Amino acid sequence: MAEPASLADRAAELAGQAGALARNLDLLTHQLTTVQTTPAVVGGPSFVFELTVFVLAVFVGYYVVWRVTPALHSPLMSVTNAISSVIIVGALIAAGPLGVSFAKIMGFVAVTLAAVNIFGGFIVTQRMLQMFQKKR
Amino acid sequence: MSENLSAFFYLVASVCFILALRGLSSPVTARVGNIYGIAGMLIAVVTTLLTPHVVSFWLIILGILIGGTAGTFIALRIQMTALPQLVAAFHSLVGLAAVCVAGAAFTYPELYGIGVRGAIHGSSLVEMSLGMAIGAITFTGSVVAFAKLQGLVTGRPLVFPGQHLVNAALGALLILLIALFVSTEAAPAFWLLLVVSLALGFLLIVPIGGADMPVVISMLNSYSGWAAAGIGFTLSNSLLIVTGALVGSSGAILSYIMCRGMNRSIFNVVLGGFGTEGGTVAAGAGVGDRLVRSGSAEDAAFIMKNASSVIIVPGYGMAVAQAQHALREMADILKKEGVNVRYAIHPVAGRMPGHMNVLLAEANVPYDEVFELEEINRDFASTDVAFVIGANDVTNPAAKTDPSSPIYGMPILDVERAKTVLFVKRSMASGYAGVENELFYRNNTMMLFGDAKKMCEEIVKALE
Repeated sequence: MAEPASLADRAAELAGQAGALARNLDLLTHQLTTVQTTPAVVGGPSFVFELTVFVLAVFVGYYVVWRVTPALHSPLMSVTNAISSVIIVGALIAAGPLGVSFAKIMGFVAVTLAAVNIFGGFIVTQRMLQMFQKKR
Repeated sequence: MSENLSAFFYLVASVCFILALRGLSSPVTARVGNIYGIAGMLIAVVTTLLTPHVVSFWLIILGILIGGTAGTFIALRIQMTALPQLVAAFHSLVGLAAVCVAGAAFTYPELYGIGVRGAIHGSSLVEMSLGMAIGAITFTGSVVAFAKLQGLVTGRPLVFPGQHLVNAALGALLILLIALFVSTEAAPAFWLLLVVSLALGFLLIVPIGGADMPVVISMLNSYSGWAAAGIGFTLSNSLLIVTGALVGSSGAILSYIMCRGMNRSIFNVVLGGFGTEGGTVAAGAGVGDRLVRSGSAEDAAFIMKNASSVIIVPGYGMAVAQAQHALREMADILKKEGVNVRYAIHPVAGRMPGHMNVLLAEANVPYDEVFELEEINRDFASTDVAFVIGANDVTNPAAKTDPSSPIYGMPILDVERAKTVLFVKRSMASGYAGVENELFYRNNTMMLFGDAKKMCEEIVKALE
C-alpha cells in the first residue's frame, strides 16, 4: 500500500526538480542574453578606446581650427554645421530595418533633418567661398 | 560590407572632414576643402547604406529627397545678410536629429548592438542621455537664436527675477534625471529628461542680447558638435565621435575668439542681460551743449579724394542698410583716383564670426584688401581718413581710457589716430553697449548723418 504514496512522493519530487530546472533555464537564458550582448562591449571598441579617439580628435580640431583665417570664420561655421550632420549615419541605421516601428519613424525624421543640413550647409559654404577672390 | 571594411571607410570620411577644415586656412585652398567635406559625407552615407542592418530603403530615399530639396532651395535663395539666422536654423536641425537618433536607440537598442530593450548597457545609457540632452538644448537654443536674429522676437535680452536660480534648478534636475535614467532605464525618466533639456535650451538663450549673437551662434555650433559626439559614443561609431569632437572644438574656439573680441568672459555672456538694442536711451543726454561737426556727402567726397590713404571700418549697420555694394563702388572710384583703400574688420563686427568678410566678398571686395584688427590697427596713425560705416562701439576710445565704461578693455580699432574720421550714422544714438562715443565730438571727426547706403551712393555721385 506504500506504492501510491511513494509514487505521489516521487511525482512531487519530479515536479520540484522540473521547477528547479525551469528556474535554471530562466537563469541560463538570462545569462545567455547577457553573454550575447556583452561581445558588443568586449569585442567592439571599449569606452576607453572611444574616449581616446575623442580626445585625440579634440586636439586635432583645436590645432586645425586655430589655423583657419579669421576671414573664413563664417564658412568654417557653415561647413562644421554641414559635417556635424554626419549624425545621419545613426539615422540611416534607425530607418533601415523592415517593418514600421517608432525607431524607424524617428530615423526617417532624423534623415530628413540631417539631409536639409548636409545639402544646405555644403551649398551655402560653396556659395560663400566662391565670393572670396583676389585683387584682379 | 564587413564591419572592418566599413570602419575603414568611416576613417577615410573622418580624414576628409579634417582636410575640409584644414582647407579653410586660406581662401585659395578653401574650395578644395569643401569638396573634401562633400566627399567625406558621401563616403559616410554610402558606407552606412551598405551595412547589413540597412535593408529597407524607401523611407531613407524619401527623407533624403525631401531634406535635400529643402536644403538646396534654402541655401541657393538665402541672402548673405541673413546668414547668421540660417546657420542658427541649421544648428537646430542637428540638435533635433540627435534627439531623434537617441530616441531610436532607446526604443530599439538591438539595432545598434547596445543591448536589448530593458537591458541596455550602462555606459550606452549615459552616452545616450547626454547626447539627447545636449541635442535638445541645441535645438531650442538655436530656435530662440534664430527668432532673435530673424527679428521674430525682440533682440533685447529678456530677463526676469530668479532667472539664474530657475536655470540652476533645471540644470540640477537634468543631472538627477540622467542619474535616475541610467540606474533604472525607465522610459518616463528619458522623456522627462527630454522636456527638461528643451526648457533649459530655451531659457539659456532668452536672456542673451542681439549683439552677443556671435558668441551664441558659436556656442550652439559647439553644442551641436558635442551632441553628435555623444550619439557617436552611444552607437560606438568613431566617425561620429571624431566629427563631433572637431565641430565641438571648432565652435568652442570661435566662442573664445568672439568673447576676446568683446573682452568679456563666456560666463558673462551666458548669464546675459548685457546691453540695450539700439541704445537710444543714453542718446540725447549731454549732446546739446557739445559741438558736433557734421558734413555732407560732397564734403566727404572732397576729403577722401584728396587723401592718399583711406581705411574703411564697416559694422553691422552697413549690413542692415545693405550698403556693401555702394561702398565698394565708392572704394573703386577712390582707387582709380590713386587712393590706397583698405578695410579694417573688428572680430565681433556683424552677427556671426566672419560675417563682415562674407558681406564684403559678396560685394566683390578682393579679400587681400580686407584686414583683421591686429594686422591694420597700427596703420591708422599714418592714414588720412578713417571711414566708419555702421560701426560705433568697436571704435570707442573709452574702451582704452575709461575703466568705468562697460566696454573697458575691449580691443578697439584706433580710428581716432587717423587725420580725419568720417562717421556714417543715422543719428547720435549710442551703440549696442549704450555707451556714448566721445569720438563724435572731436575736432578731427566729421559726422555724415543718413542711411549708410544712401550716403555711399551720394558720395559716389559727388566723386564722379
